[in-house]
Amino acid sequence: MKRVFPILAILTAALLSYGLYQALVVAPTEKTMGDVQRIFYYHVPSAWTAGVLFFVNFVASIIYLARRNTKADALALASAEVGVVFCTIVLVTGPIWARPVWGIWWTWDLRLTLTLVLWLIYVSYLLLRRFSTSGQTPVIAAVLAIFGTLDIPLVYFSIWFFRTQHPQPVIGGGGSIDPRMLHAFFVNLIAFTCFGALVCWSRYRLEVLRREVEETQALESLLEARSSR
Amino acid sequence: MTYLYAAYILTWVIHIAYLGSLARRYTRLRKEIEELAKK
Repeated sequence: MKRVFPILAILTAALLSYGLYQALVVAPTEKTMGDVQRIFYYHVPSAWTAGVLFFVNFVASIIYLARRNTKADALALASAEVGVVFCTIVLVTGPIWARPVWGIWWTWDLRLTLTLVLWLIYVSYLLLRRFSTSGQTPVIAAVLAIFGTLDIPLVYFSIWFFRTQHPQPVIGGGGSIDPRMLHAFFVNLIAFTCFGALVCWSRYRLEVLRREVEETQALESLLEARSSR
Repeated sequence: MTYLYAAYILTWVIHIAYLGSLARRYTRLRKEIEELAKK
């Protein structure tokens, strides 16, 4: 993987650049909203990537609880952290789009509120992992992650089952879309997913390495204490 | 266009800030590994 990583990073960077070109230059301007609609090409792929990463966190947390596999725990932590980064982007780009279109930065609409709750759940997950010194922290965090994941389908289906201010889905929701817009959207969706996966992999490697160093340091100090006796 | 550019720029500012924090953590860890290797 060490040799493949730089190649994948270059490919992802190229895909992200192509996605940016598609979103800003090739995709036509939407008639009602104008250029501000182009935020959609970053907002939705970021939301998708955050959802995928939180799902990885869910699966890794279950594996950790079932087998006490420390690598699964490291993956859970890595995916939650990178997922929070993508979810932050969703919460930043959404209001920037809403201000010119709705005339307000924020409203306590169901989808917006549930997305904020999702972000808060995973921020508390990370704070728990960072500051709790209990030996049971990974177990408590895994349980929190499993319950936190329940919010993901609520976020997704909130616009289907409830009347909300958030736009209804254009893709898969019965609406029509210009093929160039669709192309720009899917290029960015793939690019963001690859980027999220690479960053998560990088964070996972860092976490595994950090744990190995901590174990070696603990062993080292134990040996020092024994030899000084 | 201001809102569009603000959204795109902020997206990359957040990503670059996070990648920077990852790079800093890697550098710190590498130093710790070097110190352990010296022992």
